[in-house]
Amino acid sequence: MNASTGSTAASASTSVGGTSVKDAQLEELSRSFAFTTRLDDIIAWGRKNSLWPMPYGTACCGIELMSVMGPKYDLARFGAEVVRFSPRQADLLIVAGTITEKMAPILVHIYQQMLDPKYVISMGACASSGGFYRAYHVLQGIDKVIPVDVFVPGCPPTPEAVLDGVLALQRLIATHQPRPWKDNWKAPDYAQLG
Amino acid sequence: MHSLDNLKKELSSVVKATTFSQYKFSESLGHGVLELPKEDIVPVIRFLRETGKFDFLMDVCGVDYPERQKRFDVVYHLFSSKTYQRLRIKVALAEGEEIDSITPFWKGANWFERETFDMFGIRFRGHPNLIKLLTHHQFVGHPLRKDYDADAQQHCDSALPIHFEPDPNYVEDGRSLVPLNIGPSHPATHGTLRVMVELDGEKIHRANVELGYLHRCFEKMAETHPYNQVIPYTDRLNYCSAPLNNVAYCKTVERLLGVEVPPKAQAMRIILSELARVIDHIVCIGANAVDLGALTTFFHLFTYREKVYTLFEKLCGARLTVALTRIGGMAQDAPPGWFNDVMQTVKEIRKGVDELDTLLSGNKIWIQRTQGVGAISADEAIAWGYTGPCLRAAGVSLDLRKADPYYMYGQLDFEVPIGSTGDVYDRYLVRVAEMRESLKIVEQVCKNIPEGDYTIRDRGIVLPEKKDVYGNIEGLMNHFMLIIKGLRPPVGEIYDATEGANGELGFYLVSDGSGRPYRLHVRPPCFAIYQSFSQQVTGGLVADVISVLGSMNLIAGELDR
Repeated sequence: MNASTGSTAASASTSVGGTSVKDAQLEELSRSFAFTTRLDDIIAWGRKNSLWPMPYGTACCGIELMSVMGPKYDLARFGAEVVRFSPRQADLLIVAGTITEKMAPILVHIYQQMLDPKYVISMGACASSGGFYRAYHVLQGIDKVIPVDVFVPGCPPTPEAVLDGVLALQRLIATHQPRPWKDNWKAPDYAQLG
Repeated sequence: MHSLDNLKKELSSVVKATTFSQYKFSESLGHGVLELPKEDIVPVIRFLRETGKFDFLMDVCGVDYPERQKRFDVVYHLFSSKTYQRLRIKVALAEGEEIDSITPFWKGANWFERETFDMFGIRFRGHPNLIKLLTHHQFVGHPLRKDYDADAQQHCDSALPIHFEPDPNYVEDGRSLVPLNIGPSHPATHGTLRVMVELDGEKIHRANVELGYLHRCFEKMAETHPYNQVIPYTDRLNYCSAPLNNVAYCKTVERLLGVEVPPKAQAMRIILSELARVIDHIVCIGANAVDLGALTTFFHLFTYREKVYTLFEKLCGARLTVALTRIGGMAQDAPPGWFNDVMQTVKEIRKGVDELDTLLSGNKIWIQRTQGVGAISADEAIAWGYTGPCLRAAGVSLDLRKADPYYMYGQLDFEVPIGSTGDVYDRYLVRVAEMRESLKIVEQVCKNIPEGDYTIRDRGIVLPEKKDVYGNIEGLMNHFMLIIKGLRPPVGEIYDATEGANGELGFYLVSDGSGRPYRLHVRPPCFAIYQSFSQQVTGGLVADVISVLGSMNLIAGELDR
């Protein structure tokens, strides 16, 4: 993937703006408007700046997530305002709130419906570890059932902390960090797709 | 006491003399208490309901005493909206014993009894659908029994298929109906509600709801934590108006302890409560409107919600879950100038509410989507156990701040707005009017902040100040003892209610004199309201489901606990 956009002009001549130009001219022209990069870098750049989140708000954190999307904190500044409620249209799952044992299979089901590349932010103490609900009906962290890229601490986290989490995810995408938790993830037995 | 004597006389003529001798009447912190054998629950409830002595069934719950021969107590809380009196009925049951369901008298008993069955395994004879309510379908055992460990998790690996309540009158007439599942993760449910409907074209043929997707075991957690550590858990009941829950819980414990918080703490609690009520209504109206397409309202209103959060942040550093009260008062005093900031913010919010009024109240689309939708009569609403704005929208003027004034509410000037039809539009209008009234209350209180301390200084209840803990041996020892042993209310029980944003928010607390609640039960207002949902939407259009759902202001944290 080392093709650079500057050296793609292979044909003898082409038409720019309705006038015919020669190779050398094209080279010259391209220097004025093009830059070179790696294809995977520019894809990562696009990905990180257009994350489409699916808000999986279950509890208090869901309410704070509304603030993150709302006018004051405005997640749109980071290109992640296109909230999708269909997992098939989203590439970022924000789990905001307590996941109970009853909810866990549904969470896995939703995660499986998302298309790659997909990312997960676990927002708040409950989603990350069960929080202070060390209780009979609460899943002790969503990483028990789905792979998580960023954990955001707080109960609930401040909107600033969530923005920081999104930025951390953007860095992770931009720098092509390996994601063994995702690559080695196996769906729980009950959720194996036939 | 007088009314309890009357009740005694009247009941003696209704029930058999042989069993009447087993009745025990007593008075507990202003409420009548009646203990009776299980056979008599139906005649007594019928009498109380049909004579109109008590028109509201507020709560049904269980308590487990494993060392007793009759292990369980089923506890009923009744309320009269005419005399504002409350009655607690207790029935002792042994393991395996059944008690008659009181759903024929109050439809609203349905879920409360189901929950009691789920949590304790107490069976209610004649209940229309006695199945689990909060725990998942693979859960074995009854978690609120004392012999169930608080952290014994049981995993669940599937969701239940679409299902409906058994209905003897339901006939399959060969029409092809479309099943539709909404939730538990759906944008219009704002939380973890699952609605299942069967559609005949656009029309809803039958509907059902499933709960428990956010059952976080609040009541079990309360039993395993010292009194003050329960406060953060109460924050997360109705997380849209956390201070209201804090106040309601602390007030309950304080009443059992027999202490009254100082005037300044009362003032601060009222300010926090009313601001919380405003932002709760903002979330309710904003979300209801956004579901029906009015996105502007949502974004516009949330600006004002942020302003209130800024005030909370100034006071304690937290925004949503503030945990600001302590048993005995407040956690800390307000910073200098805070009350002026409140006054300023109130002015801004008032402008916002006016703008909201302009945006929605006369809006054709809004009116068409809400007027006549989800209408309910006052009698129906009472039978279901409605309280709060949804009840008042149906024309019943019941607000605990007026009916049974606590703190300084009795001296404050405010109105209780009511509607007439109980539909979504009236609920909206009532909420808008209530926001204005709340702002009025906040202003009145802010203008006259009482002097004095923000907490009582009882050494057995309130932690000493930091300078004393570090500065002298008494403070240090006092701190140590309170942390290690906790504050200990006397043995006893109490049901105390406040006016939450959704209605009557009640706490039923049983103390065994130890440092932790023996049993803490919440009466969540939206739980009672949500029961009527299936009935309210059946026969209507599928689009109205969303409209009704939003207007009920269902907060999963409080609904599922």
